[in-house]
Amino acid sequence: MSWGNGIRLVALLALLALLIWPQAFAGAFGLLTSNGQPAIYNQGSLLDITLSHLGIVAVATLAATFIAVGLAIIVTRPFGAEFLPVSRSLANIGQTFPPVAVLALAVPMLGFGTAPTLVALFLYGLLPIFENTLTGLTGLPPAVIEAARGMGMSGWQRLWRVELPIALPVILAGIRLSVVISLATATIGSTVAARTLGEVIIAGLQSNNTAFVLQGGLIVGVLAVLIYDGLSALERRLLARTGQAEA
Amino acid sequence: MIEIDDVSRLYDGRAVVDQVTLTIQPRTVCVIVGTSGSGKTTLLRMINKLVNPSSGSLRIDGEDIAGIPAYELRRRIGYAIQGHGLFPHRTVAQNIATVPGLLGWDKAKTQTRVDELLELFQLDPVSFRDRLPHQLSGGEQQRVGVARALAARPNILLMDEPYGALDPVIRAKAQDDLLAIQRKLGTTIVLVTHDMEEAIHLGDTIAVMAHGKLLQSAPPAEIIARPASDFVANLIGSSERPFRLLSLSRVGDHVEPGTASGTPVDVTASLRDAYAELLWSARTALPVTRDGQVIGQVTLAALARLAARPQ
Repeated sequence: MSWGNGIRLVALLALLALLIWPQAFAGAFGLLTSNGQPAIYNQGSLLDITLSHLGIVAVATLAATFIAVGLAIIVTRPFGAEFLPVSRSLANIGQTFPPVAVLALAVPMLGFGTAPTLVALFLYGLLPIFENTLTGLTGLPPAVIEAARGMGMSGWQRLWRVELPIALPVILAGIRLSVVISLATATIGSTVAARTLGEVIIAGLQSNNTAFVLQGGLIVGVLAVLIYDGLSALERRLLARTGQAEA
Repeated sequence: MIEIDDVSRLYDGRAVVDQVTLTIQPRTVCVIVGTSGSGKTTLLRMINKLVNPSSGSLRIDGEDIAGIPAYELRRRIGYAIQGHGLFPHRTVAQNIATVPGLLGWDKAKTQTRVDELLELFQLDPVSFRDRLPHQLSGGEQQRVGVARALAARPNILLMDEPYGALDPVIRAKAQDDLLAIQRKLGTTIVLVTHDMEEAIHLGDTIAVMAHGKLLQSAPPAEIIARPASDFVANLIGSSERPFRLLSLSRVGDHVEPGTASGTPVDVTASLRDAYAELLWSARTALPVTRDGQVIGQVTLAALARLAARPQ
């Protein structure tokens, strides 16, 4: 096992331990508290909150992947080429519009809770996936596409059997970026009462409890690093499998 | 038989292929030669409807291809291109099985066919079947590309500069292998190249194109002896003519009785190789062997006669 994998394993075990037996860490976090404040977040289970946080990110990313990949497929087909500029602008607006503003705008329509957070993360996650899918589908080796056409594959057969599999590593890189951005951004969802790790951080800020802020921040950070690494490893395997890079 | 009948293709009003009429006999190799921009690739791509003609018609065995759906036609015609175009995420076997898969062959039949083709191209099925394209050498990739094109036993094989990316040594071997396979299977091959040497080596017929027009279509000996225009003559290269003519025949067809001394040539060698050997070793005759037995000689005088412009 390499050094990097060793560190990842330790980080994962420490994270699981913190989520399952938070009280074991009370001593360490206690050093950051004053005036007898609680050392471990006490308004809900860290494990439940983390799972809810991950769930929100997963749903938003899945929806963003579905829409962004679908859009990119449509605008790279001959019949959809004229929609390329429009969809590019849309994805760009989604990215440049601050998630906080999306929350503020969505709450009056959707009410407090998870829904506005999902909308904000969904919009924010579209661009990286869309752009990467576009890059993947337009940067395919011309000889391969020519061969696929020349052998009598229909448009859909080329898409499913040739174009998407070859573009997959690049698409996955877009999803990875999107997931990591969403993991961090999801914390602000707690300002509109979504159940995310932001809740722990906000509680810490309000009661001036550094231990809470650190717990929330650490869990999000470690999750982001582990998921990022996991998806990177998957991409490398796919690239090696298709001969696009060394394993 | 492929009949190309008064076919043109316009792009923005400019004719890339200009009123070409050409008939390609079954079971022969027709090489389309031309400089880049001559329209040779466009003409080739019209045969499997990757490009549609602006006017004129193409018939395969008498059937107008305008009436055949493009995907159906392409599955009936082999297609091999420069840079092989193998699917990088699929194994050698999966690549070769592409068209059989599209045609819905059953698994056992497909697998038998894949192994048969690998053996035909001198690739051991056991060690090559499950490799990915990037694990092959350039020559192997090219062979798998042609094997894939032949998988569903097409009567016609279209090849677009198939050897462009290979080094000269591997290219010569690939050309010889292709000829051997063509003789064995009787496939009609239409091959596009800019290399006159390759055209003379491979073609039963050579079609010379320039600026979208077909300048001449004839057997290699005819093209060399009687080029239809200065352009064709230039493409052959006037200083190369006698040697190209010699390269068309084999030593075996011109053996004379007699015994010469020194290193022999085999009956299967081309006259050009024999001529080069004569000049290089400063001899006037070479012994000719078949299966290691001396069967006669080939002389400098005879070769000089054969290299002269045919009357």
